[in-house]
Amino acid sequence: MTYEDWSHFAQNWGTVYFVAIFATALGYALWPRNGAAFRRAARLPISEKEGSDDRPLA
Amino acid sequence: MSASVSREQSLDSSAVGVGLVLLAVLILAVNGAAHAVDWAFRAHAWMFVIAAFAGIAGLWLWHEDSWGRPRFDATEYEDGIIKAGIAATMFWGIAGFTVGLLIALQLTWPNLFYFPDLGWTNFGRLRPLHTSAVIFAFGGNALIATSFYVVQRTCRTRLAGGIWPWFVFWGYQLFIVIAGTGYLMGVTQSKEYAEPEWYADIWLTIVWVAYLAVFMATILRRKEPHIYVANWFYLAFIVTIALLHVVNNISLPASLAGAKSYAASSGVQSALIQWWYGHNAVGFFLTAGFLAMVYYFIPKRVERPVWSYRLSIVHFWSLIFIYIWAGPHHLHYTALPQWAQTLGMTFSIMLWMPSWGGMINGLMTLSGAWDKLRTDPVVRMLVVSVAFYGMATFEGPAMSIREVNALSHYTDWGIGHVHSGALGWVGFVTFGAMYCLTQWLWKREKLYSNAMVEWHFWIATIGIVLYITSMWVSGIMEGLMWRAYNEFGFLEYSFVETVSAKHISYIIRALGGGLYLSGALIMIYNLVRTARGDVPADERKRIPAAPVLQPAE
Amino acid sequence: MAQRPSWLFRNHRLFEKNSFILLVGILVVVAIGGIIEIVPLFYLKNTIEKVEGMRPYTPLELAGQKIYVREGCHVCHSQMIRPLRDEVERYGHYSLAAESMYDHPFLWGSKRTGPDLARVGGKYSDEWQKQHLIDPRSLVPESIMPPYAFLGGRSLDLSTLKDEMSALKFEGVPYTDAMIANAADDAAAQAGGDYDYEPIKKAYAALSGRNDTIAFRDFDGEPGPPSELDALIAYLQMLGTLVDFSTYEADDLSNQR
Repeated sequence: MTYEDWSHFAQNWGTVYFVAIFATALGYALWPRNGAAFRRAARLPISEKEGSDDRPLA
Repeated sequence: MSASVSREQSLDSSAVGVGLVLLAVLILAVNGAAHAVDWAFRAHAWMFVIAAFAGIAGLWLWHEDSWGRPRFDATEYEDGIIKAGIAATMFWGIAGFTVGLLIALQLTWPNLFYFPDLGWTNFGRLRPLHTSAVIFAFGGNALIATSFYVVQRTCRTRLAGGIWPWFVFWGYQLFIVIAGTGYLMGVTQSKEYAEPEWYADIWLTIVWVAYLAVFMATILRRKEPHIYVANWFYLAFIVTIALLHVVNNISLPASLAGAKSYAASSGVQSALIQWWYGHNAVGFFLTAGFLAMVYYFIPKRVERPVWSYRLSIVHFWSLIFIYIWAGPHHLHYTALPQWAQTLGMTFSIMLWMPSWGGMINGLMTLSGAWDKLRTDPVVRMLVVSVAFYGMATFEGPAMSIREVNALSHYTDWGIGHVHSGALGWVGFVTFGAMYCLTQWLWKREKLYSNAMVEWHFWIATIGIVLYITSMWVSGIMEGLMWRAYNEFGFLEYSFVETVSAKHISYIIRALGGGLYLSGALIMIYNLVRTARGDVPADERKRIPAAPVLQPAE
Repeated sequence: MAQRPSWLFRNHRLFEKNSFILLVGILVVVAIGGIIEIVPLFYLKNTIEKVEGMRPYTPLELAGQKIYVREGCHVCHSQMIRPLRDEVERYGHYSLAAESMYDHPFLWGSKRTGPDLARVGGKYSDEWQKQHLIDPRSLVPESIMPPYAFLGGRSLDLSTLKDEMSALKFEGVPYTDAMIANAADDAAAQAGGDYDYEPIKKAYAALSGRNDTIAFRDFDGEPGPPSELDALIAYLQMLGTLVDFSTYEADDLSNQR
């Protein structure tokens, strides 16, 4: 492969690759069945007990 | 996998592992000290000897002392290392801000702040000391400390790896000391934000792999099905920095007993690799890692879940994907092929979208709790940091446009841009997180003084505004002066005229930096008093519970 | 151990799978972007432009570059002239990729607190450079450059040159074995020492295709073995003087990519 081949490959297939990754991420984030897990996950930082408990993980 | 209380009467395997690593370092370092071909390498070899020896001794003492007692109680969080991380963050923060102020003064009053007999105090050596101290020492310790805190809390499990987290902590401090003393001795690879020489790079790689292993192992033993999004950002930061660090630092030492090395690639290739690294050091060290703080500390502090968890997922993947392409915008109009410059510019502009997606997500988390901006100055600090993030990530794409870059590149505008991100975004979110952690870990109802947080906030904010505006003025001014022509078609200004024109801006910049440093000093006082459990005198008077002694009449 | 919830136990394999999917996903997204962007550049090789005159640095210049890096000159001075009208008029012909092909790594810089140095060679006399390095404000009162007086009194360490040139040779810089073997003598010869400098002249001319690209003189004007000041001034006086621009055609098709 020459430099020209490589730079063409980078410029064209890079775009396709970008679209594919973005679509996958969007699909995962918006997939309806994931909604319940996300709602639960979002509460992780605020649902923990902290402070008074000496053995928080017992 | 989990260390339980019953293992107290035995040799701890993680301690053996760390001990063997330190022993290997000790042997290599003694050899290095014996055969060193330059004095800087010899000095560093001795530092490694002392550190490895101290590490082994400390490990031994701890191991004997903990014999027969529970070592890594799985029913408790590992919080000691986070407390140490807070101290390290604040210590290096003050060091880095102070050096920054000093070099700002050097550029302002060169006759007062240069010392001809002390070459190591020159700007060329102190500038990397400043950048590394604030990015890697201040920022890095904040990232390690908060990541260890967040991953334990959101996975509901103790930090994995036994003593290895402490190896990460102290190994990282050693890297900082080696890097910083190296700059003062003139040991540098010349690559921005990757200045430390080959042996420091190898040491950091070892520490970083241990960091990744500890973080992954903790996630693996989590008691929650989902990995919280803050951990995604931390993981991306750790993995990507490992990759960037290794690729960008491939070099060949001239001697295995000397400090000097030559980068494997040269010229245009080395430039692209360096700025692929350099820009993603911003993207993954100074952005992804600190976004993880936003996704944990803002929801936690305002007691509301993140505004849109779905947005945070899209934010994550698009941010890490787009950032990795944007590096070539540091090389506009250079000898880099134009298609690569255009690619870098396009992705830099696209980067605006995920950045603002993250900003909106952080800000909107406060919906329904906006009053906290007024009542809790720590929340205000966190929120203003997100606002500065939004500002810097708008300015960045604008500066990556070739025609804008033609003016802004090589000027103080770049310095101003970096500092709106560094002081406003990275600094403020770190301060916010450190205020939270100190209060929570030392189990205090509240901070020693909210009024001092107010003072810190306003002094630092005024400092940032002075800094950024003075650099806009001086940067755009010098950019325009460089390209100004007179009526006869000749260049209007000599270079040195553009230097002296910036004097006033430099005074204001130094003032801004001084204010920012003062704010951090107030913060340290406040944190120490909070950790000690002190209550301000005026509040103590208002508590009637304790009997007040009456003076005899 | 027995108190572990059974639900957790059943699902633990899934947990591990999730975290590794995340790890691999991050690596794929990050690594492929970098590879696609960087790899094509390595097919540019060193024949980036068709120019004559580039040659590896002489031992003295190489030692000077090492001091340039050590003192952090690149922190304030760029070595990359952009093809913009004012820059070309202020500093000279815009920089070619070929001109930094022997810089491991590049020294383009990112900030011009001081002026660009890509073509500073020959612009000022040795005496000016010496005085300016020792006390910048004695020549340019408004300058904010640090003083480098300590370089003058320090003799140059010639003992590490061989190792340094060998490392560069391994990385592709075309030093010959003879150049490496004679490194210390060549450095002393270039700094005006009492040596025969015809061999080094011929050897480097063979690589550059140009004669007289090496300046032989006592750069710091002080008798005795070469000082660090000698090396640094030799490096500065070489910068931008190597390429023969009469052989460079910007319109050549291979220079247009």
